[in-house]
Amino acid sequence: MNPTTENIIEVTNVKKYFKDVKAVDGVDLEIKTGEYVALLGPNGAGKTTLVEMIEGIQKPDSGEIRINGKKWRGNRDALHKIIGISFQETRFMDKITVNETLKMFASFYDLDLDRVQLILKLINLEEKQKSYVVNLSGGQRQKLALGIALLNKPPLLLLDEPTTGLDPTARREMWDILFRLKKENNTTMILTTHYMEEAETLCDRIVIMDQGKILAKGTLDELLSENKSGEVIEFGLEGNGHTPDFSRLKGMQSVHYNEENAKGKLIVDDIAIQLPHFIDTINEQNFKLKSLECRKMTLDDLFIKMTGRRLSD
Amino acid sequence: MVKSTLLQLISIQFKEFLREPGIIFWALLFPILMAWVLGIAFTKKGEVVRQVALIENIDSTNINLRDFLSDPQIKVLKSGEHQQTFTSVIENTKLGNTTYKFLITSWDAAELMLKRGKIAVILVEHEENVEFHFDPSNPESQSVYLQLSAVFNDASFIYETSTIRPLTKAGTRYIDFLVPGLIALGIMNSCMWGISYALIDMRSKKLLRRMVATPMKKSTFLIAQFSTRVVMSFVESALLFTFAFYIFKVDLQGSFIALLAVFVAGNIAFSGLAILVSSRTAHSRVGNGLINAVVMPMMILSGIFFSYHNFPDWSVDVIQKLPLTMLADSVRSIFNEGAGLSDVLFEAGMLSAIGILFYSVGLWIYKWY
Repeated sequence: MNPTTENIIEVTNVKKYFKDVKAVDGVDLEIKTGEYVALLGPNGAGKTTLVEMIEGIQKPDSGEIRINGKKWRGNRDALHKIIGISFQETRFMDKITVNETLKMFASFYDLDLDRVQLILKLINLEEKQKSYVVNLSGGQRQKLALGIALLNKPPLLLLDEPTTGLDPTARREMWDILFRLKKENNTTMILTTHYMEEAETLCDRIVIMDQGKILAKGTLDELLSENKSGEVIEFGLEGNGHTPDFSRLKGMQSVHYNEENAKGKLIVDDIAIQLPHFIDTINEQNFKLKSLECRKMTLDDLFIKMTGRRLSD
Repeated sequence: MVKSTLLQLISIQFKEFLREPGIIFWALLFPILMAWVLGIAFTKKGEVVRQVALIENIDSTNINLRDFLSDPQIKVLKSGEHQQTFTSVIENTKLGNTTYKFLITSWDAAELMLKRGKIAVILVEHEENVEFHFDPSNPESQSVYLQLSAVFNDASFIYETSTIRPLTKAGTRYIDFLVPGLIALGIMNSCMWGISYALIDMRSKKLLRRMVATPMKKSTFLIAQFSTRVVMSFVESALLFTFAFYIFKVDLQGSFIALLAVFVAGNIAFSGLAILVSSRTAHSRVGNGLINAVVMPMMILSGIFFSYHNFPDWSVDVIQKLPLTMLADSVRSIFNEGAGLSDVLFEAGMLSAIGILFYSVGLWIYKWY
């Protein structure tokens, strides 16, 4: 049996360097059929470059990418037929209607008009089908881009930041469409995002990228537990220009403190044990607590722990 | 079933075009307007007014000028303390009347007016003769000098109208020169702006890469661009010709088949050039500059509005090899000299070859993503 039947995508040691940036620096990634995978990372992490190499738009400097066991070279037409793509910020022709835009793309796949109607229904743009693209809202445009990606019933969907810049309602609506696809069509999807919530809610597996490398991958639970997931104490002090000294606290995983706004975050093994010691330490050093919050660790905390930066940076 | 990819792409391009009223104006109405304005300006000689500064010498014994100025027909237009204006009309039914305005003034003021282009010639009246001061390379000044010196040197000067035979036969007028040029220019503009600009715009919107990331054939896409342009420039040219035919009686003296061949060859040439120009950049503004850099020199050099034979001899050989020159000259020879297919076959072949060459190079370096 072909070893690649289970993995629809296999990325092996792929590198892509630009003049002074290592955009993708030795990435390995396998994606199983039917899996929803989020590529999570801040801007400039290399997500788009990686996805564009999988989409066949950029060529890797080295390494190999196979989709359904096939390389892009010599298989472009076959691969285009099984992939649905939505780029970051594609703008369609202004004075062409939603319906006409879909019909044009449908003609590239030899599809019939019923398919166009079905897509309009799926992306919930039936009422807007006669509107010019220029008159659509940001969310409606993203839905149109998604609709085009779905025209050919692709078993593999590659979406680059499909919800960036959308309001929460529009984002929810996109998620609902994607949920339905997973359930009804067993679609495989890679989605890049810098919204943690999107990765958490929508995807089976999360791949965290930064500076061209994969920092961690797995299910949300795996990620949090593998990384000695801890618990988080967030606090704010009445600033006195100094940084509190937590070196004597036990069970600490990481400390972040910002002198400018006098806010800090500790990742600890167990809040129940460490919290009283934390408060003692603050009091001993003559700081005054202004705010305090204790919670479970999230992906954002994990990301900060790994890189020292926030996802939204 | 959705229409075939080719028809779908062509219909989308037409819709995009027709839904942009600005584009319709510039592509369809502007050339006609230009033909109309230039045609009127250069075919019907209206009354020409020439201004001349006169530095008077009352003691002059030059009778001719004195007589001319004291002619009862001359009207004193304006009479002030420092400046007086006379006006005199030299009538001529064939060349059109010329009205001369004499501004009586001082040398300094006259020189200033000459610098500003307000007057063509300064006349200085001496005791025995009249001196003409003007720039000899300025044709307007020359014609003023010739006319006036004839008048002043011979008071009994009669404009010998019987020896002048104005050319009004179709094919020899300025409008006959202009309309074929405008048709050629229209083809160039239609292809260069219609294809280059559209493709660069699509690339900058990332729409080009989105369309290419489907099973759509790139060749189908480019054929659609070309077909749309051929239809579009055909409509433009037909409208312009119809207008010129009814208003100015511009006629097609040569073969229609030859015209069609040259027309298609012109479209091939400029579509190829358009693909080459649009092959790399993703910025509309850079694209704008690139297109202008190609279009503007040809518009000026290729003899669309005025003959390129006024350029130095060495440059004429080069100019004649520009695609727009070849196209304009061929169209013109079919319109005005009655050229047939065999007369323009070489040009049509060259234009097609140029187009295919540019197209191949463009496609070779084309940036689809």
